[in-house]
Amino acid sequence: MDSGFIIEKSIFIVVIFAFTMVMAMYSTWAERKVAAYLQDRVGPNRAGWGGLLQPLADGMKLFAKEEFEPNTKNKFLFFMGPAIAMSTALMTSAVIPWGDRLEIFGRIVILQATDTDSALLYIFAIVSIGVYGIMIGGWASNNKFSLMGAVRAASQMVSYEVAMGLSIIALLMMTGSLSLKEISIQQHGLHWNVFYQPLSFLIFLICAFAETNRTPFDLAECESELIGGYHTEYSSMKMGFYLFAEYANMFISSTIIAVLFFGGYNYPGMSWALEHWGVNIANIIGIGALFVKLCFFIFFFMWIRWTIPRFRYDQLMNLGWKILIPLSIINIIITGICILAFK
Amino acid sequence: MSTSIQSISLSGKKKQVSNKEMTFLERMYLIAIFKGLWITIKHFFKKKATIHYPEQVREFSPVYRGQHMLKRDEQGRENCTACGLCALSCPAEAITMKAEERKKGEEHLYREEKYASIYEINMLRCIFCGLCEEACPKDAIYLTISKELVPAQYNREDFIFGKDKLVMPLEMAMANTKNLN
Repeated sequence: MDSGFIIEKSIFIVVIFAFTMVMAMYSTWAERKVAAYLQDRVGPNRAGWGGLLQPLADGMKLFAKEEFEPNTKNKFLFFMGPAIAMSTALMTSAVIPWGDRLEIFGRIVILQATDTDSALLYIFAIVSIGVYGIMIGGWASNNKFSLMGAVRAASQMVSYEVAMGLSIIALLMMTGSLSLKEISIQQHGLHWNVFYQPLSFLIFLICAFAETNRTPFDLAECESELIGGYHTEYSSMKMGFYLFAEYANMFISSTIIAVLFFGGYNYPGMSWALEHWGVNIANIIGIGALFVKLCFFIFFFMWIRWTIPRFRYDQLMNLGWKILIPLSIINIIITGICILAFK
Repeated sequence: MSTSIQSISLSGKKKQVSNKEMTFLERMYLIAIFKGLWITIKHFFKKKATIHYPEQVREFSPVYRGQHMLKRDEQGRENCTACGLCALSCPAEAITMKAEERKKGEEHLYREEKYASIYEINMLRCIFCGLCEEACPKDAIYLTISKELVPAQYNREDFIFGKDKLVMPLEMAMANTKNLN
């Protein structure tokens, strides 16, 4: 392992980290803009052109706020909650292939922090840890509303993780690999998985909404009944971390949906571009293609949020256990039959 | 045949509801969700109703009661004679004034022999009812001609508006006179 490799990877990781942060920051801005536009308003437009400096202003406000701590015995856990939520939200981006490769000064740079064979399992593991941030924070707040939010988040995560995993199994039976890079390469030339696994995509999408605690599954925070749920007692930047983690999660989920089902960095005419324009240009367009896809899904998350009202808790559980899980098992069976019949 | 009470609809909006079982497609909700998404995305591209306030101001109705203005006559002289009827009629007790006698050489400033040397309205007390305007015998105070809202301030003292803010600007009086001739 040469030192160039380490430098290359370090730079790449820092870039991805910064990119995730900036995306999460501007997701907050985009959320407010999209919400406003869907409701015939104009949204934030005072700070900077079109309100583009709004996230900075929000961040400064959160930093400057008084840090309130409830009278709880679990000061450490109270502190750990947002920390876990934030770090797990940022860790997932390590295995995502942002592009194929670039040739810089004769070096081949793989546009992925690490290409493990168990990338999908890694993502599932990290996402599952993410719920501990909410649970621990809600429990340590020493507040009934927070505890209620934490309990809801935990049971929701458990029930939707199952359906999500099962929906992915059908996909894995097709791809035969857990590596996201491998899955991306297989989708080259419009062989996107969404065309072969539409049901799996639908289940995965619904579960992604539940995993990120977004409407219609935002029962963990639902401000109208639990006044903020697990982050009721949080203030200042701890609160900011929770909110930020939600947007980072949304960004990562959108990216994973784009990579798993919509071809990742592949775009129509990629092999033509590789032949005629060279590796670098073709792959930069590829990064752009992935960016467009994930931006669309971030927009879709917001679009759904301002369209569909929140589920009732029993409806949420019904949907998870009685509909999504049987549906994904049926999907596995159908996929198995199809693989036997056509291969 | 007499119409039964069930079939009468006074508003014309009466709608029969039913508790029929939903079909499989309806129970999936997917079609309903797509319909909802279509409705919201249509609003995304609609023209926005917002009026960008400090830059754009909504047009005032002719009878809108905004910030008070002490009128000048067609020669640019102040109408107010400090009779105090506005202060008397004010239900919120927002108006105070101090009367003074007009001196020689001030005839171009004040229309009659008495004028208000101090005229103050506390905009925090004022309820913009317009009773001062109704009480004024000299046609001096109006809430409808300034076409302005009382702006927000940081200090309570700044809400006490003196003559510097209330008297009609000379340019406006001159323009009015020009329109008359």
